[in-house]
Parts: sequence; structure tokens; C-alpha cells
Amino acid sequence: MTHDDLGPAGLPSRHLLAVDDLGVEGIARVLAVADSFAEVGRRANPKVPALRGRTVATLFLEDSTRTRLSFETAAKRLSADVLSFSAGSSSLNKGESLRDTVATIEAMGVDALVVRHRSSGTPHRVAAWAPGLAVVNAGDGWHQHPTQALADLYTVAGALGRPGDDPLACFAGLPVAVVGDVRHSRVARSLVAAYAAVGARVTLVAPPTLLPPSLEGWPVAGVSHDLDATLAGARVVSLLRLQAERGSGAYVPSLREYTARWGLTAERAARLDPAALVLHPGPVVRGVEVASDVADLPCALIGDQVRNGLVVRMAVLFLLLGHDAVADTGPTRLAAAPSARRGRQEAAAGAPRGAADA
Amino acid sequence: MAERERNHARPRGAVFVPRSQVLSADDLTRAITRMAHEVVERNRGIDDVIVVGLQTGGVPIARRLTEALDLLAASRVTGPGADEPAPVTMGTLDVAFYRDDIGLRPVLPEAVTDIPVDLTGKTVVLVDDVLFTGRTIRAALNALGEYGRAQAVQLAVMVDRGHRELPIRPDYVGKNLPTRRDEMVDVTEEGVTLGDLVGR
Repeated sequence: MTHDDLGPAGLPSRHLLAVDDLGVEGIARVLAVADSFAEVGRRANPKVPALRGRTVATLFLEDSTRTRLSFETAAKRLSADVLSFSAGSSSLNKGESLRDTVATIEAMGVDALVVRHRSSGTPHRVAAWAPGLAVVNAGDGWHQHPTQALADLYTVAGALGRPGDDPLACFAGLPVAVVGDVRHSRVARSLVAAYAAVGARVTLVAPPTLLPPSLEGWPVAGVSHDLDATLAGARVVSLLRLQAERGSGAYVPSLREYTARWGLTAERAARLDPAALVLHPGPVVRGVEVASDVADLPCALIGDQVRNGLVVRMAVLFLLLGHDAVADTGPTRLAAAPSARRGRQEAAAGAPRGAADA
Repeated sequence: MAERERNHARPRGAVFVPRSQVLSADDLTRAITRMAHEVVERNRGIDDVIVVGLQTGGVPIARRLTEALDLLAASRVTGPGADEPAPVTMGTLDVAFYRDDIGLRPVLPEAVTDIPVDLTGKTVVLVDDVLFTGRTIRAALNALGEYGRAQAVQLAVMVDRGHRELPIRPDYVGKNLPTRRDEMVDVTEEGVTLGDLVGR
């Protein structure tokens, strides 16, 4: 792969707000760079100086364990400095608006802002308020969770192998079942977009009440209410959590009935294609969407997803921050938003640029 | 080869226009054979030598240097019953995460680093196609440190084109080639060519 296809920046977009920002080239690039970071992770010292002097802030206004830890670890392994904001201990409690909080963070000279919020679209608003920053969506409401989808793609590509060195070749026509609470799941929306972009065939499996009101524009191959019928032909089974905090419980008669009809029980797991992969973005609620002993089977890649999430987030941060800021920031923006970034750009513009060094 | 130069050069999308051939394919082979002899001479054998090629241009040259070293080792084996010499270990190194110009221009890893052994106590022969400013080598020295404390690091390059910006000097040189800064040196299997980058 040459690096000229996407122009001077590492990714087609300055921010990562949704999977659609990446396109198939962007996804391929993230997965390719992630390979290099996976090698870094296997070393005795899993840290590289790639983003030395850059600052990454995490702004998590909704509970999170793995995503926040994963982003912060990723930034630290790239030698970036990490600022950590959470709703509970910030001035948001004193009545400061989100917009002012973002302005404050930007004024501190932060390079990237990782945002999680319970309302869909918040990262888009943040990106518009803070044009000098790279904004990464770490989950917004029901809308998107792009790095989780990238981690899943990287996990599946790693498990299926890569004929011809093309990280996306294994996805062509791959039958994928996305099972569970699609309606409330941002992971499902990102997964469907990502799998469709790389050529997989996604079937949604859910009770009618847990499907979105309209599937218009969803790039899915099919929708099913019958898990057993879909499982027989699936190579990848992506389970979703029943999101009690978003009121999913009210959409099914009872948890036991949900598990009986839509859960991956031990009995159903025994009937899976022997080569099938089982994924779950976590947190796993054992005994509801997946039986406890099924979550521990070798075909369940839940641990790999967490490991790969770190690697993929390193790739995303590196691609968003490790690149020429001069090319994508016009002179008008420089004049409009003087910030710590400006000095860096001028330094970059004035630096000697030899044609090459070897 | 010299892909790193081509990818990173400005203006973007410039094409390489060859002007004159400096080394033929045969010259290249002879230079690699000579460099292999120099490696053996300097290190009094190749017992603890590991060859590490820099992605991407240095890797094919490192591969050929490794083969030449294996041939030399085999030629010293005399008489029946003598042990076959162990093949020389080769690794590849990508320095994208260690460069000092991240942020100034696109710097992406070209390939995954593969160093199969702990370098502690070994003599590393770092191989690249073209030595220019020395910044890649500076980055490579930092990156190598992550894989153990080498006894010594030596540098082999096919072409030394001058214009150093750091105090770095090669130990084994295929060809010293005076150039202008704006010229480009292209190293392939067919030989070494001097030319220009022309914007489209």
C-alpha cells in the first residue's frame, strides 16, 4: 500500500466521529498501522516516542471502564501526555456548560480530545466548537463507537488470516450476525457501517422491539428474528449487551425469555460452525446475552477484542496526531483561532525540509 | 527502493526521472560481496553478528548481505565431518515511531518490525540503501535500543550521498556518491541510478 492514496494526512478526516469518516481506505490504513503497534505491544518496553510533546485529553461524561483505560493507555504508550476529565469531579458540577469546558480544555493546548457522552452527536458539536483539536468519538448515545468497530474488525482479520497481505481480503462476503439490542447500541451502528464498508454481509438478529424504528439506509444484508436460523450460516457472531441503563429491559418480556430466544446459550454454541468466531464488545453480562461458559470458549475472542482495542486506538491517535498539521489547517483558521498549536505550525513551516533523508 | 524518499519528498506526487546510472547490477553484487568480506574482517568472524535491514530500502540489501555472509562462512568449512555453520540471523526494522520529524510530514510505518532475537551482547550490522542526512539512522539507533543492549552497532549503506545533518558515519559503504541536495538516488536490484524528483 502506498501512503499517497489518502493525501498528506494519516486519515481522510481530521476527526474520528463515525466509521463513515474513514471510508474503506481509512479502515485499511488503521488496520495496517495497528499491526506495527501490535509488535510494539509484544516488546519488553511497549512504548514508543511517536507522540512526544502531544497532549491527549479524555472527556468522559458517561461511565466507562475499558474504553477510557484503553484510550489513556494508548496515548501513554505513544508517549503523549494524558489529561483526564470526568463529569463527577469537574466544573460541570458547578454549572459550567460543556461548551465552556471544551473551550477551557482547548485553551490548555490539548491536541486531541476523546469524548464520550450519553447524547448522540455530542462529539460532532465538540468538533465544531474546537476546530484546533482532533476529536475522537469514544461513544455517543445510540449513535457511534467507531474505535470499538475497528477493534472488532482487527480481531476478526487477525483470526481469519490475511491472504495476499490485504487486511480486508478476509471480509469479502463474510457472513456476520449482529445479535441483540440493536436499537440502543452505538456499537451495532458502527459495526454495521464498518462491516459494510469492507464488504461483509451483515444480518441483524433481534426481537422486533429491539430493532431501530426504521432500517432505511442501514447497509445490512438481512434482518431476522430467528437466532437459530441465522447462526447456522454465520462465520462471525457479534453479540450486543442488553442495555439496562437505556431501558432495554422494558422492550423484552423478561430477561429469561430474552436469553431463551436471543441469547447465545451453551446449546446454541454447540451448533455453531466450528470455525465461527464469537465477539462481544463488553461489558459482558454473563447469563443474559451469552452463557457464562460460552464466553470462555476458545472461539470467543472477547479478550482479544480488549487487547486489540488498545492497539487500534494507538493507531487512530497516531494517525490523527502524527501528521502534518500545516496541510489541513488553512490560514483563515490560523487567524481565527490562535492557540498553542499555532506556534507549532509556524515552527513546522519554517523548518528545513530536505527532500529526503535515509 | 528509496521508497521512503519518494513517499516523503515534497512536492507530493513528484516522479523520479533518472539521469545517469551509477552502479550496474553486477557492480551492486560486487559491492555487497566486498562489504561482506569487510564485515568478517572487522569482526574477526560472524559468530555474534546480526544483520538488520531498515524498512523498506535497506531490507533487500540486508537480505543479500546476509546471503553473502552465509556463503563466506560456508566456504571456510573444510573437510568432511565439519559442522555446517549456523546461518546469520537477519531482522528488519521500521523506524516510523522514532523519527524526529513526526508532525512535519507524513511518517507512517511501512512494515512491521521483526527482530527475532535479543540483541544484548550481539554485534548489529544496520543496513540501509542510501545514507543522506543521518536522521533515519539516529531513529534506528533509538529503536534498536528497545530490543536489547547490543555490544556494537555498525552501519552498512549501499550509497553514501553526503549532506549529513548529524554526526553519523558509515562503517561499510558500497559507493560514495557526491550529490546535490535536491537530487535523488534510486537503488534497485538493477543497480543505482542518480536522478531528479520532478513535480507533476
